[in-house]
Amino acid sequence: MNTDLNQILDKYKGDATRLMDILTDIQTEEGCIPSDAVAQLSERLGISRVEVEQTISFYHFFSQKPVGKYAVYLNDSAVAEMKGRTAVAAAFEQEAGCTFGSVTEDGVIGLHNTACIGMNDQEPAAIVNGVVFTNLTADKAKELVAGMRAGKAVQEMVTELGDGVNSSDLVQSMVKNNIQKKGDVIFSTFESGSAIKKCIEMAPEAVIDEVKSSNLRGRGGAGFPTGLKWEFCSKAAEKERYLICNADEGEPGTFKDRVILTETPQLVVEGMIVGGYALGAQQGIIYLRAEYTYLKKYLESVLDDYRQKNLLGNNIAGKEGFNFDLRIQFGAGAYVCGEESALIESAEGKRGEPRIRPPFPVEKGYLDKPTSVNNVESFAAVSQILVKGAAWFKGIGNDKSAGTKVLSISGDCEKPGVYEVAWGLSVQEMLDMVGASNTKAVLVGGPSGTFVGAKDFSRKICFGDLATGGSVIVFDQSRDILETVSNFVDFFCDESCGSCVPCRAGNGIIRSTLDKVINGKGTKADLEKLTELGTIMKAANRCGLGQTSFNPVVTTIKNLPEEYESRLQEESPYVPTFDLAASVADSCEYVGREPNL
Amino acid sequence: MSKPVVATASLAGCFGCHMSILDIDERILDLIELVEFNKSPVDDIKTFTKQCDIGIIEGGCCNSENVHNLKDFRKNCNILISLGECAIMGGLPAMRNGIPIKECIEEAYLDGPTVADCNEKKILPNDDEIPMILDRVYPCHEIVKIDYFLPGCPPRADLIWNAVAALVTGGELALPYEVVKFD
Repeated sequence: MNTDLNQILDKYKGDATRLMDILTDIQTEEGCIPSDAVAQLSERLGISRVEVEQTISFYHFFSQKPVGKYAVYLNDSAVAEMKGRTAVAAAFEQEAGCTFGSVTEDGVIGLHNTACIGMNDQEPAAIVNGVVFTNLTADKAKELVAGMRAGKAVQEMVTELGDGVNSSDLVQSMVKNNIQKKGDVIFSTFESGSAIKKCIEMAPEAVIDEVKSSNLRGRGGAGFPTGLKWEFCSKAAEKERYLICNADEGEPGTFKDRVILTETPQLVVEGMIVGGYALGAQQGIIYLRAEYTYLKKYLESVLDDYRQKNLLGNNIAGKEGFNFDLRIQFGAGAYVCGEESALIESAEGKRGEPRIRPPFPVEKGYLDKPTSVNNVESFAAVSQILVKGAAWFKGIGNDKSAGTKVLSISGDCEKPGVYEVAWGLSVQEMLDMVGASNTKAVLVGGPSGTFVGAKDFSRKICFGDLATGGSVIVFDQSRDILETVSNFVDFFCDESCGSCVPCRAGNGIIRSTLDKVINGKGTKADLEKLTELGTIMKAANRCGLGQTSFNPVVTTIKNLPEEYESRLQEESPYVPTFDLAASVADSCEYVGREPNL
Repeated sequence: MSKPVVATASLAGCFGCHMSILDIDERILDLIELVEFNKSPVDDIKTFTKQCDIGIIEGGCCNSENVHNLKDFRKNCNILISLGECAIMGGLPAMRNGIPIKECIEEAYLDGPTVADCNEKKILPNDDEIPMILDRVYPCHEIVKIDYFLPGCPPRADLIWNAVAALVTGGELALPYEVVKFD
């Protein structure tokens, strides 16, 4: 290994809970985590070799084998496929001379599949050594490979820049914001520092009360009341407390946090500082998905700016004893880390396995201390609530859902992108807004959400009806919905951490049963079993992944039954997939005998 | 009315589930009052002599003989029950499912510590009389329709007793926690 491990370990003070950062630095420098590094880390951090290895093996972007000098991670999620990923992948493979999942013999180019990278409105997209390339075509893929062969720096291959802050010196990315509709809360006017000024005039309890009475519910998808979560955390006995911003947005089809963090990170940072004051937390963490590493320098500059203005650090805004600082923690490619207790495990340098609750993070979270984990958009809303008041916030939206929601809308529509709307919009109003016609189905809330067909387009996007963390994907009449469902089932099989059997095995059973249906061997009984399996998984799995991963299948069986009916064997109650001749062919050939069927 | 007829078989299993059937102890005398056994290792009847009401299957399918046997049971039994982990999920034998069949055969006949030095001619069994090995071990419900599943490794004798008694008497199956807990 060429990397100076001492330097990296010094940077993180030899702290084993910072293993994610240490591994990220080694992976970036070396293109892999070499086995001698594993041995040294184990010794120097005082943890076992297995503890190092299990963290490495859990995350998609860590690898013990070299991933290539240029490591191409091409999104293979459903919308990427809809927008022409297959041709782009074929061009990469042809030009590079290796297939996806491998590295060229000379080690120069590695081609890797990856789950949704938060660019659904500009797919197909790929990340090459941390640099994002969007709207790829076969020709662009060829150009990229030519550039790699010529030894160009990856950033040099970015030929056009995106809008807004994306083109700033600190970002220099071709990613586009595509803000199609600005609303009253998130993409609205805000004076930097105003929320902090307001909060320090209030007692911490009063800040929590204000957030509570605003009826703000968590914007990540689950919708737990933010004020209540803060209250629980503030009442914990332990005084050392933490506040975490969940910026992992891994739900396929969600990209609103990326845009919020690009265009209005001040709202988020300030919401966290307000939260730090309210909870009496001393340290905050922004857990940012590795896919958004290109925003690192920019976000750090935003934090520095707050520090320089004395709005972050010690005695914030001159308030004696108000000490709160923030750091950015990067993930390394694991959907389940969007679940708050898995996120905490990951931030502690471990595998992102959800914890068994109770105890909840508000009692025992990061480093076993009381911790509140809230979504990017929730923090942004808090800043506005402080400045403009809970009553103002409650006046937006509908009776079940206060405020606005930033939706990230993609798929078959004329204007994909980010829309900030008041809660309570109907699906049909949403479709008209984004220029979607001839729509067959809409997926609200991403794969863990709900597929709805035309008969449900009058349903409303809000808590109590169609809740969403932001992901909305539109499918027109030309789409085979089962193809998309199949893509999501693969996704959940890959992303299950494997801890709970009903998730690990359940997703596998969904996979094989869906294959049976797609291959024309399914029966009504198979669909009933899938629905029943969903009920078991919801009851028996420990986290949101296993409690929702059956949704693509179960909600399409319920709301889009016609997608299945034409493929079923109507008459037969039972159709096996087993084929005796095929299953004995290999063993007979190997021992040298004719199959005797 | 004649007594209901029961048949049982052990496919790719360890006979542990059958031991558990016997573990109903003296209730076996009650059972004999309730049902008649046909093809089963319990009475050593080798072939079906009449249509049966209940077939109980232990073990999954690892070879062609298991498959033929299972299909034979499906044909000759009105109700078919998968008994135990191996019948339901493949169980321990299915641990080979992640290993290519060629490697399994090599380990069993050429390289394994108990055969490495004594199979000098590198003979791989291939006589027509020997069952053909399947590419993986299959749970029974992937091959024939299974009506009921009784879990456990082995399922507790009380669970087997309760299930058979409920089927025969038409009563509800008693499933107290004690009979379905596994640890």
